[in-house]
Amino acid sequence: MKTATVETNRPPPRSVDLPTLLAVGWVLLMLLTALAAPLMAPYEITSIDLRHRLAPPVGFGGTMLHVLGTDDLGRDVASRLFYSIRTSLLVAFGATAISVLVGTGIGFIAAYFRGLVEHALLLMIDVQASLPFLIVALAMLACFGNSLTLFVALMGLYGWERNARLARGLAITASAQGYASATRQLGAHPLRVYLRHILPNSAATLLVAATVTFPEIVLVESGLSFLGLGVQPPMTSLGVMVAAGREYITRASWMLLAPSLVIVITAVAVSVLGDWLRDKLDPTLK
Amino acid sequence: MSAVFRFAGPKLLRAGLSILIVVTFTFVVLRASGDPALQILGPSARAPDLEAFRRHWGLDQPLYVQYVRYVLAALHCDFGNSMLAGKPALQLVFERAPLTLALMLPALALTMLIGIPVGAYAAMHRDTWVDRSVMMLTVFGFTVPSFVLGLLLILIFSVTLGLFPSGGADRPESFVLPVLTLGLGGAAIIARFTRSAMIEVLSQLYIVAASAKGVTWRQVVRHHALPNAIIPVLTLFGLMLGGQVAGAVLVESVFGWPGIGQLLVVSVANRDLAVVQVILLLVALTMTSANLLMDLLYGVFDPRLRGTNSGSQ
Repeated sequence: MKTATVETNRPPPRSVDLPTLLAVGWVLLMLLTALAAPLMAPYEITSIDLRHRLAPPVGFGGTMLHVLGTDDLGRDVASRLFYSIRTSLLVAFGATAISVLVGTGIGFIAAYFRGLVEHALLLMIDVQASLPFLIVALAMLACFGNSLTLFVALMGLYGWERNARLARGLAITASAQGYASATRQLGAHPLRVYLRHILPNSAATLLVAATVTFPEIVLVESGLSFLGLGVQPPMTSLGVMVAAGREYITRASWMLLAPSLVIVITAVAVSVLGDWLRDKLDPTLK
Repeated sequence: MSAVFRFAGPKLLRAGLSILIVVTFTFVVLRASGDPALQILGPSARAPDLEAFRRHWGLDQPLYVQYVRYVLAALHCDFGNSMLAGKPALQLVFERAPLTLALMLPALALTMLIGIPVGAYAAMHRDTWVDRSVMMLTVFGFTVPSFVLGLLLILIFSVTLGLFPSGGADRPESFVLPVLTLGLGGAAIIARFTRSAMIEVLSQLYIVAASAKGVTWRQVVRHHALPNAIIPVLTLFGLMLGGQVAGAVLVESVFGWPGIGQLLVVSVANRDLAVVQVILLLVALTMTSANLLMDLLYGVFDPRLRGTNSGSQ
């Protein structure tokens, strides 16, 4: 029985292990795909090839003409996959930026005003935290309809409450420190104190929080697109592809598997990467 | 009695305020989404008809009057009719509720029945290959979105093996795949959390003391470690319910399960706002009461917390 010995001498963690390296590699590959999708895709995502409908991928009876096979209209799955990754990452990037900006703004406002304003904001944060975002997003989509701009803005609401809570805590801690009160004593405007001094000092932690928000937005986006309520055709996203693949699950499982595997591997990779980043950059976030 | 009230009072007030905020939110969003008269009567409606409609539904009143009326109507559970079905929205939602509950309750039970033992087992065999592989599996469990997991399960168990039906809710076997899909992700989260709570507890001095006085290891785990490790897991349960509700929407869509989730998706696609708002409020009410219940239970399980109100911050 080894419980009697207090475990303090655990070996120091190696700086980068194999899973982390793989995760970094995959995420870089995804970013590259998103950037270079027009160069990498052999076909237009809407170009129809009716003679090669539901063609299987290479290795399962397919030809090099369509490496990952084709869908029900003979559209190239690989090309659609590249563009889907591009759309999904683009939406997630925009939304994460909005979420961090909105959250930080609200958190700083709560930290600056304190009192009633802070209480009201905290209550709203609690309410948002207790509601599943997917349901709120669906309700807003029902009311406002859907367009890409609106959809990105809506996704940007994801996680604002977590970022706000974090930013508020960081700002309160920071303003109690010497440098913030020094600039305040020197007569700096509160905006200057917050934007030029407190924000840069909180940025690392906020960025780590963004790496948590980002993959979650990818998942929510693909979920909504899967339901047919997110990214709309003719644009394509990973969720749109999964939804289309569902119809042909018995005859052309590659239509479903290709985007599903990308979602699964990306989500796992980002989660591994996030853990590593958190350990590296900010030990206090554990 | 007053101590109980001091503990529960602020939490109750908070829960009430939360609901009011959600009701206000729906009111604002509904009003901001456009003129209800135009939406219901259509763009080709004549001006006098629009005017009459607005007067009939009180839309010509000042906004604060409309707001108070809206809150009062919500208190009376009057949410109007579904545009699609022509029935009261509330009735429509309640007709679907049993099927969704029949999915969620077994899934939640599964979450606990798999999550807690697996997490505790991993903690007791910390840093062995069992622990590592379980933890690897849980990463997949909580990162794979439910609609992908559901479709993969259909591909394996319905299409390839032909063991379970891929959709519908008419046979007992129909329950297996949706419940698994909904439960596995939660089980992974609970397992990870139980593991870390258990590791924390196992390093406490009272565990060392209990082992030192000769209590068998099995009893130490059963009577000293597990009960203390489960308390924090309970709070997580309240938080996880939200994920389960969102998951249920996707899982119902994957398996063609005619519950509230599908109703929501269809209503959103057709912009049937009366139904959407009922579902939103129902979810808010459920989540708020669940969190309130967890907060209060926390006080029951951990008497040290009764005097304080810092638990929620």
